Amino acid sequence: MLKVGRKEYETLRQHGEETYPHECCGVLLGQMREDERVVISIARAGNTRTDSAHNRYNIDPRELVRIQREGRERGEDIVGFYHSHPDHPARWSATDLAEAHWFGCSYVITSVEKGKAAITNSFELAGSDEGDKKLLDETVEVAQAET
Amino acid sequence: MTKIHIPTPLRQYAGKQPTVEVKAGTVAEALSGLVSKHPDLRRHLYTDDGKLRSFVNVYLNDEDVRYLQKEATAIKESDTISIVPSIAGGR
Repeated sequence: MLKVGRKEYETLRQHGEETYPHECCGVLLGQMREDERVVISIARAGNTRTDSAHNRYNIDPRELVRIQREGRERGEDIVGFYHSHPDHPARWSATDLAEAHWFGCSYVITSVEKGKAAITNSFELAGSDEGDKKLLDETVEVAQAET
Repeated sequence: MTKIHIPTPLRQYAGKQPTVEVKAGTVAEALSGLVSKHPDLRRHLYTDDGKLRSFVNVYLNDEDVRYLQKEATAIKESDTISIVPSIAGGR
């Protein structure tokens, strides 16, 4: 399960609208627990796949090192990543699986249809190594906004 | 001692620790020390023929060691190493 605050949830969805028709990407930071990941903050990242941004994303590892360091200073770990699929379902693709290596983390995908965020799904990267990895559907629990 | 930051997916193979300290003069020595302490990490970092997996990025402070002297890169006392698996994908 992925637990995320309403504000962080809307922010990652909005990111996809801003970068449309290109894929957006970013990092989820928070706490890893036994069977769930709790998102405390998100960090936008740049998509280095400027050659094919409409259907590919890549986060520069150098940027990830910085995000990870800043998260560590706040007591937060990387618990997952998000990206968008412009005019395409919020389901993982063969490319998403092939390029996924953060076992135990959540991979969140938002479909952005004609510039508006539609469905957001999350998948846990399960398995023990590259040979048996799989992305499994997981529940996203969005905290209610504080009043 | 050199501190090596372990990414969340690999901590289960490193005694659940977020960092491991090793004594090393080069990146190669540091990684060798790491897998000596935690042998289960080896197959996740290296291919069967002993090469670092292509999606495993190794950073010395803020620099990718591929653009330094690779695993021969020298380490100073205050340096840290980060192991960072790649993040990519797309529809």
